[in-house]
Amino acid sequence: MSFRQVKKSRVGEGIIHAVLFLCGILSVFTTLGIVAVLIFETGEFFREVSILEFLTDTQWTPLFADKHFGILPLVSGTFLTSFIAILMAMPIGLLSAIYLSEYASQNIRKAVKPILEILAGIPTVVYGYFALLFVTPLLQTLIPSLSGFNALGPGIVMGIMIIPMVSSLSEDAMYAVPQSLREGAYALGSSKLQVALRVVVPAAFSGIAASLLLAVSRAIGETMIVAIACGQQPRLTLNPFVPIETMTAYIVQVSLGDTPTGTIEFKTIFAVGMMLFVITLILNLLSQWLRERFREQYG
Amino acid sequence: MKPTHLEIQRMLTGSQWREQIFKVTALLMLSIALLTLAVLLIDAFVDGVGRLRWSFLTSFPSRKPEQAGILSALVGTVYMMILTGIFALPVGVGAAIYLEEYTKHQGISKIIEVNIANLAGVPSIIYGLLGLELFVRAMAFDRSLLSGSLTMALLVLPIIIISSREAIRTVPPSIREASYALGASRWQTIWNQVLPLAFPGILTGSILAFSRAIGEAAPLITIGALTYIAFLPDSLLAPFTAMPIQIFNWVSRPQKGFHENAAAAIIVLLVVLLLMNALAVYLRQRYQKKVYL
Repeated sequence: MSFRQVKKSRVGEGIIHAVLFLCGILSVFTTLGIVAVLIFETGEFFREVSILEFLTDTQWTPLFADKHFGILPLVSGTFLTSFIAILMAMPIGLLSAIYLSEYASQNIRKAVKPILEILAGIPTVVYGYFALLFVTPLLQTLIPSLSGFNALGPGIVMGIMIIPMVSSLSEDAMYAVPQSLREGAYALGSSKLQVALRVVVPAAFSGIAASLLLAVSRAIGETMIVAIACGQQPRLTLNPFVPIETMTAYIVQVSLGDTPTGTIEFKTIFAVGMMLFVITLILNLLSQWLRERFREQYG
Repeated sequence: MKPTHLEIQRMLTGSQWREQIFKVTALLMLSIALLTLAVLLIDAFVDGVGRLRWSFLTSFPSRKPEQAGILSALVGTVYMMILTGIFALPVGVGAAIYLEEYTKHQGISKIIEVNIANLAGVPSIIYGLLGLELFVRAMAFDRSLLSGSLTMALLVLPIIIISSREAIRTVPPSIREASYALGASRWQTIWNQVLPLAFPGILTGSILAFSRAIGEAAPLITIGALTYIAFLPDSLLAPFTAMPIQIFNWVSRPQKGFHENAAAAIIVLLVVLLLMNALAVYLRQRYQKKVYL
């Protein structure tokens, strides 16, 4: 290679390096973009509505003539559905994880894990359809007072959707518990159940907790199931049988309407989005922190 | 006090009972999860199969449920995914190469890594808000195919970067060292040695990322994609609709006829997803053969 060729290729390498760096840094700009958009529009929103009203008013009626901007009904709706979801997903996900990690044979484990993962890959509109037209009518035969739109049906279906997040991450954590710990417990005369519940689960605790937090975060951010089957009626209640509205469903409701940009109604979706972003970010960071601690233990 | 022989036996049988009960309960819980999946699929299939015929795929949406079809939604989804791929793949793979081959866990790349992990956990509807401000309003692309696919590209980017990095990481260092030893430059090594070996893995991960995106409705609704479109998009700036939005629209109507349409559209969507996943599995298997031969 002549000197000129080498020099030319060095310049080329430099350009490629720069382009690849830009690709990498784009993801940082995405985050900055999200934060900037949310802060800017939320700031505009708080010029017209006081933060105190936003956080303490018990009514959310920005689309009506008598406007109230209290986010509490949306937050309560979100936590109600997410709570039902995690109540559903926790026992199923954790016991499935214990079964797969401690009891099932390698072949069953290999076969069942991907099938469970399918639950997380099904589009959420499909779950919404299932919640509205299958689960809710089924529940109505058991609970006649249940409204056609409610928090219970969508909450249960959302729970099913997040099962793989709980089971898969917890199972990984349990499977990673060193075999020597189990053998030590057996040598001391423990039964299989005692080994599973008193040795493996505590040893994998931070991984299990991380998976639960991640699942809750996913449930809080989930949109289509609750937009379809919860009824879009913001209501400050913990009653799972009546129509409610979540933060995500509200954003969908406004986006579907012809709300002109720049109006206060339009800005509300960014204020709600900000709330949603902050809550899920905190949960995700907590989950990551727990998982890193877990990795240190047995890495 | 020392337990008697009988007491020990009773304790042991008691604990054996508990063992069995726990094992059965755990298995039951696992079966509930798997059964629900089956019920969900069967329910959609039973509801929708009656509406499934060729004209359902080739008709536009209509006010009469029995005449309505998913042509505009299906075409919209296909166009959008192609565009999303064009936008997201090069950038995602580029970012993965940068993080794996150029800098490792130091300074700015540490920031990028933490950032990508967090982006993957941001609810999809938040990406919709970003797309609405950035593409629809600031860049004035309006509620177009272009805005939709750019938003989707941002959404899948973290997943593509994460899976591409994994694929690149499986290429053994000896390949790179051999290439350098023969006098190749860094980029020559990446382009001629690393990428061809990592490519099937990158493709598999990306297909899975796109199959996520195909089912996403929330960000598209947020940027204002329309729910009723009786024409095919003819340019990047044309309004569009997509399969999940069409399903959402039909589910939200009170008439039973539209619910059947929704179920039929769900079957089509699930078949598309199944095909994409099958392709990913097929590629993964071919890829594994290649590496170990």
